[in-house]
Amino acid sequence: MSLLLRGPRAAPRRSRRWWLGFGLAMILLLVVAPLALSAFRLSLLSKYLCFAIVALGIDVAWGYGGMLTLGQGVFFGIGGYAMGMYLKLHEAGAGHLPDFMSWSGVEKLPLVWKPFRYAWVALPAAILLPVAVAVGLGYLIFRQRVRGAYFAILCQALAAAFAIWLVGEQGLTGGTNGLTNFHELFGFKLSDPANQRSLYFVVAGTLLGLFLLARALVQSRYGRLLVAVRDGEDRVRFLGYNPLVVKTLAFAFSAALAGLAGALFVPVVGIISPTLVDVVPSLELLIGVAVGGRGTLYGAIIGAVAVNWAKTGLSEHFASGWLYFQGALFVLVIVYAPGGLVGLWRKGRDAVLGRRTSRTDGTDRTGLAVPAVRPETAPARRVELTGAP
Amino acid sequence: MHVALAQLVTGLSISAVLLLIALGLTFTFGQMRVINMAHGEFIMAGAYTAYMLQGPLGHQSLLVALPVAFVVAGAIGLVLERLLIRRLYGRPLDTLLVTWGVSLILQQVARDLFGAPNVEVRAPTWLDGGVDVGGITIGANRLFIMAIVVVSVTAIWFYLTRSPQGRRTRAVVENRQLAACSGISTTTVDQRTFFIGSGLAGVAGVGITLLGSVGPTLGSNYLIDAFLVVVVGGLGHLRGAVLAAIGLGLLRAYVEYWSHASIARVVVFLAIVAFLQARPQGLFVLKTRSLQ
Repeated sequence: MSLLLRGPRAAPRRSRRWWLGFGLAMILLLVVAPLALSAFRLSLLSKYLCFAIVALGIDVAWGYGGMLTLGQGVFFGIGGYAMGMYLKLHEAGAGHLPDFMSWSGVEKLPLVWKPFRYAWVALPAAILLPVAVAVGLGYLIFRQRVRGAYFAILCQALAAAFAIWLVGEQGLTGGTNGLTNFHELFGFKLSDPANQRSLYFVVAGTLLGLFLLARALVQSRYGRLLVAVRDGEDRVRFLGYNPLVVKTLAFAFSAALAGLAGALFVPVVGIISPTLVDVVPSLELLIGVAVGGRGTLYGAIIGAVAVNWAKTGLSEHFASGWLYFQGALFVLVIVYAPGGLVGLWRKGRDAVLGRRTSRTDGTDRTGLAVPAVRPETAPARRVELTGAP
Repeated sequence: MHVALAQLVTGLSISAVLLLIALGLTFTFGQMRVINMAHGEFIMAGAYTAYMLQGPLGHQSLLVALPVAFVVAGAIGLVLERLLIRRLYGRPLDTLLVTWGVSLILQQVARDLFGAPNVEVRAPTWLDGGVDVGGITIGANRLFIMAIVVVSVTAIWFYLTRSPQGRRTRAVVENRQLAACSGISTTTVDQRTFFIGSGLAGVAGVGITLLGSVGPTLGSNYLIDAFLVVVVGGLGHLRGAVLAAIGLGLLRAYVEYWSHASIARVVVFLAIVAFLQARPQGLFVLKTRSLQ
């Protein structure tokens, strides 16, 4: 627990400016956006904010922990399906089967579905199941010091396997169509614009709360240890810490956020399906973080919202343009602006003010600078030359 | 017994395709620490090359397509290496993201050039039948694919162990800095490896046209499995890639037969995680004194 104590405090002036920024963001999200946007745009914004919650988790694991989590769709999907199963069962009523099950010839409610009849099971499960999967997988992978690209590939393989499994188990999961056709949540009609508006406030409030939580986490001693593990896992091990615990915790945190976001996503958008959990959406969740600026929490949120906004805008006008744009975005951001929007802003600001970009700002580090990438760059053993005969 | 034998053939043909794709990956990954997500699009390029050639050349186009696809895919790979990947050496995770962006662009290019619906490549007539072995019929197309792979792997083996270029490649894989100090141009070796690896993916693409139709996302379906072969086989090892591809292909074929295709992927994934508990760095490990 001592790990979670706060690290060294930021200078008071900086901290005051930070709270000012946070207050402005709060006003923007909770007052300006609901007043300025139409019901349709507002519900789109709720969707983006759900993705922003996932991005926040990815940023902690990737930006701070150096773990490229390419399978966040899995955790997002587990959360979403947990929520969707609850809504489906609630709608079918006691003793009845969800509609898609009768279509695929299932006669008895599968055992897995039974607990999800209760909200007090489904809602915690949306967070705890992803955490359990992440802890199990993270423990097994990190224990053997499998890291870097191997970890990324395994995450991706998990996402692919999960999506294929979902499609294959038609009677259990609704197959390709997923779970959809939800009408009400806790007795509130989901089609009612007023309820969608309240849902927006729930999502935005959750995001703000989680943002503060994530900030506290990365500023704690644990957060510093996480960054240390990213930059030199072996050195941390030599100092007597166990990187396994540090990494698994961060991975589990990101999974919890993704699961929660999935559970919020379902009532907002009204569907959860394999196409939302596969490899491609998992990577789309990631690009937002890269665009915004990995290693800065607000950057991840801005990036996720901006990228999804651009996706909707571009797909509305020309369909194929989005893929070119997305591809180019990946290439340009990673090659030319590894610090993302935040990095560019800081560089621009510092250029204008004529000061040197501080090394601790996170702009000039790649965020993923895992040392000694090539095995042979490890320093050679020193040969003692003195005292030779 | 028949079924077990039939699945053996299915499994081996899956292995063959995976191996051809994984060979390029294992060397670009092992030698340059580049995780090339656009590798799948080289497969697609090879498949579309076969499609384009069947128009003017007709039935026998497949044999011409093999070398042409090798050069086309290799050339695309070389351009990619020159333009982008060389800027990212030392940042393996970033190469993954950048090449994924490239793969999105290439897929969309294919969609705009050839249309979104899948296209068919007609197999030559001499690949229509099958061969009877022990009471089961092995499709001639599957045998042909296995033959391509055996020839390619043998060629690569000779290249690596017998030719001066191959010797330099092995030197760079084992110790890049020492190789550079000894006067080997690592840039040239990197480019050559990238060309050959991408070209092999193109050849795999031609082979895949015999198994099904060709679409813009053809390559991405195979890519993740090929990466798993690399993870299991160990980096930059020909032997490792061969054994891992055979193992994973057979495992998948048998599990698919005994349960559903949807479960098979999950089982294979869990088996790999379990395998990594025993050998975290894959079947064959390059022994170094360094920590990582």
